[in-house]
Amino acid sequence: MSKVRVLAGTRKGAFIMTSDESRKKWQIDGPFFGGWEIYHMNASPADPDRIYVSQNTSWFGQIIQRSDDGGKTWTRPGTPAGEAVVTPQGFPIAESHIFAYDTANAPLTTHLWYDGSPHPWEFKRVWHLECSPHDPDTVYAGVEDAALFRSTDGGRSWKEVFALRGHPSAPHWAPGAGGLGVHTILLDRNDPKRLYVAISSAGAFRSDDGGDSWKPINKGLHSLYIPDPNAEVGHCVHRIAMNPLKPDTLYMQKHWDVLRSDDRGENWHEISGNLPSDFGFPIAVHAHDPDTVYVVPIKSDSEHYVPDGKLRVYRSKKGGDEWEALTKGLPQENCYVNILRDAMAVDTLDSCGVYFGTTGGQVYCSPDSGDSWIAIARDLPAVLSVEVQTIP
Amino acid sequence: MTSIRVQIPFHLQTLGGVPAEVSVDVNGTPTPRSVVAALEAKYPGLAGAVVDPHTGKRRPLVRFYVCRQDWTFESPDKPLPEAIRSGEDVFIIIGAISGG
Repeated sequence: MSKVRVLAGTRKGAFIMTSDESRKKWQIDGPFFGGWEIYHMNASPADPDRIYVSQNTSWFGQIIQRSDDGGKTWTRPGTPAGEAVVTPQGFPIAESHIFAYDTANAPLTTHLWYDGSPHPWEFKRVWHLECSPHDPDTVYAGVEDAALFRSTDGGRSWKEVFALRGHPSAPHWAPGAGGLGVHTILLDRNDPKRLYVAISSAGAFRSDDGGDSWKPINKGLHSLYIPDPNAEVGHCVHRIAMNPLKPDTLYMQKHWDVLRSDDRGENWHEISGNLPSDFGFPIAVHAHDPDTVYVVPIKSDSEHYVPDGKLRVYRSKKGGDEWEALTKGLPQENCYVNILRDAMAVDTLDSCGVYFGTTGGQVYCSPDSGDSWIAIARDLPAVLSVEVQTIP
Repeated sequence: MTSIRVQIPFHLQTLGGVPAEVSVDVNGTPTPRSVVAALEAKYPGLAGAVVDPHTGKRRPLVRFYVCRQDWTFESPDKPLPEAIRSGEDVFIIIGAISGG
């Protein structure tokens, strides 16, 4: 019988939730790394027991944690080969927190600050970890201030994929409300050379050569909050998503507007249709039907909570434009939570499960593709990220 | 060699697996810089958490208290007072009160 493992990063620690394929009864383990912000945790498709965690505080900096046994034990990768992973006193040794911009290949410039003035580039935290579909030791990290890093040694050491930050448009990137971060990394498992990233507030970028060069892919985006609403960069893209069964089609939740591209991001068109609001953060695609897509509308960019006090996931089965509200099992009064960009995911069981976490500390699961929902947890710290593993 | 008592904030206790107070041995004149270096040498799991590995500077939200005085903005090479050197008092590392 298959098993599902939900990885939830929260404002005050990490949680792991497991269930069988019925997805009715859940075991919750954690908090791991209590008190620390867990922006993201993600597992290797090539080795389900390999989990990477971004652990951070503004006070004490960035830590990378790794488990090789499905979350039972954790280490901080970074010990040189052949050396002990702990000191004689039993304390961990690690250098995995070193994220150094590659200034030799891409000199540090400035980016734009909120007021449009130049601001120095400074590493702050890892927002997102994306594992190679093929190699458990290869993992990408999207960081703030915006840059992409890659580790090919299981998270021990990180090298910047410098061409992204070295793009000529980088001095014109500006932070969104949450900072200037690479928050989305998509790896096209059909073409190992193709990568996508999204940056708030710069836009979406694609590489067709394994990260050696990058192209802004924001044609069709229209953002009234920047001087040129149709600019090549400067758009606050909140999330992009893809189904590997139809890799040329991408979906986007922008600051405002939900969009789709059918040509690998070359051209986008709006698919907001009948949504009650087209502001939001996450967007996810059904595991088996690449035309079924999910969003969670948020009232506005000034009011980061769901409209009308109702928590509603919206599903389109036609690739957008026509949306239906999914409400069964979700609170329909007095609910004022937000769902952050990395806090929605799908499993790959035959009846595709959909999952999301809220800033109110709830983690919801729909085992029937959104038709009905149950709360896996109701009272966690604010949920920053949700990932799901389907384990045979 | 001088043994210095150091008070560790909660998050670094959990990160490094260390107790709330530790002792570290410092060569030469104890200063904030040499105490932090000795702390990182003894507990490598704390490396980079007090001093930013990129800049070599104290992290902006980390503060040092010495003998009920705020030493956050003192020179990192200023000799620590006798009460710290003798072990009568504790070199305190705390996270600044700033939300969360």
